[in-house]
Amino acid sequence: MSDPTTPLVATPGQTIGPFFGYALPVAGGELLVPASHPGAVRLRGTVYDGHGDPVPDALLEIWQADAEGRASTAEGSLRRDPFEFTGFGRTPVDPAGRYTFTTVVPGATTPGRAPFVAMTVFARGLLDRLLTRVYLPLDEDALAADPFLAGVPEDRRHTLVATRDEHGFVFDVRLQGEDETVFLGHGSPA
Amino acid sequence: MTVAAGRDDSHIVIPLSGRAALRPAGRLPYVAGVTPTTDTAPDAALATQARIDAEIAGIREEYDAAGREETRPRLDYAPYRSSLLRHPTKDLHHADPEGVELVAPVFGHRDVGPAEADLTIQHGGDPVGERMVVTGRVLDADGRPVRHQLVEVWQANAAGRYIHQRDQHPAPVDPHFTGVGRCLTDADGTYRFTTIKPGPYPWKNHRNAWRPAHIHFSLFGTEFTQRMITQMYFPGDPLFALDPIYQAIVDPRARERLVAAYDHEVTQHEWATGYRWDIVLTGTHRTPMEAEQ
Repeated sequence: MSDPTTPLVATPGQTIGPFFGYALPVAGGELLVPASHPGAVRLRGTVYDGHGDPVPDALLEIWQADAEGRASTAEGSLRRDPFEFTGFGRTPVDPAGRYTFTTVVPGATTPGRAPFVAMTVFARGLLDRLLTRVYLPLDEDALAADPFLAGVPEDRRHTLVATRDEHGFVFDVRLQGEDETVFLGHGSPA
Repeated sequence: MTVAAGRDDSHIVIPLSGRAALRPAGRLPYVAGVTPTTDTAPDAALATQARIDAEIAGIREEYDAAGREETRPRLDYAPYRSSLLRHPTKDLHHADPEGVELVAPVFGHRDVGPAEADLTIQHGGDPVGERMVVTGRVLDADGRPVRHQLVEVWQANAAGRYIHQRDQHPAPVDPHFTGVGRCLTDADGTYRFTTIKPGPYPWKNHRNAWRPAHIHFSLFGTEFTQRMITQMYFPGDPLFALDPIYQAIVDPRARERLVAAYDHEVTQHEWATGYRWDIVLTGTHRTPMEAEQ
């Protein structure tokens, strides 16, 4: 630590295990905005394992900008004020591996980049957390022009883009298998 | 803090998890181009400790021979059976962080009350076991403290039992201990919990499988990409060599970063033993100029 040019080695992660239920989920954790919010949308999906079976003991977190593309600096993600948008959501999946967040469509934060919802995946059996991005199928031109998405192999790009149905947006997380979700490594700063 | 308000997980049913049930025998991971087949070998779920030890040793030998240092757990680590179908088979795709990834959620005193850092005073009586203080600093890779950020912990009680309804280990529940705590780091990045030393406990990874005593830690940094969950262990645990979750960090120096140090300076006279454990998050992507602002 005395030598500022030598970065410290990061502490390794470990699995969340099966017994986080009393510790991490919070009331309203899945409600970034109330369902009654005029801009409320549903973002939901299922977490699957390598056999295509639902994973019933995962925990998902999302972190996103508000509708104007601003990252919130408001506290209160654990004890919510429904009138204040904190940008952070956390929910365990249900016994069928399903999750639902109620949120708003994030605005653009960076010129030339398609907006996205950052997502973290934890599960028993998953030895370290996984990070991914949820892009929404709203502005096809913006998605097509996004340099990050352009760098993802075409046959896997769709795993990062939610689909849309009459209830809102659907984003499944596939930990392994044919349509394995693209998970991200952010590496070290160059 | 009470467990009931806002923390009730009665809606969370976690079947077939952890100790509650065996992983279905013989479920093999997906391999591209290969149709998954069913391994009906009865020991797929009932491997002996000796078999697990041999698998751990084999992976370790390959690692030593490769001569390339790893600092993180393997996601694909077969001795931990639950990882077989839950590890990605493709490499992580590199992404330069952008937008919200370059900042992190903000937590504050609205989220966390000061009493939540003391797991021994939350339930109307003294829990059984060795009272202890666990403290340390949360730093980023440049050694900068992660200030005023959320730290969450959960753990088994002194008998090795979690309050979780799916924990069926026949050890006593302690009515005065749920094993859940939260705090905010201070301006120096320091967190501090008062708790009870957790016991080791059996699980169903293999026959006679036991987890070393540990406390789960959940951490945020100043950028969302630093988000992590890990486990803190205690020095000299005889179960280290036998535990496939701990051994999934194949490099011994990397594993030891999860082991707290007994610290007599933290120990309190006639009150509690003391352990110190510092946590380093991954590097940030801000320039030094920005970081100083």
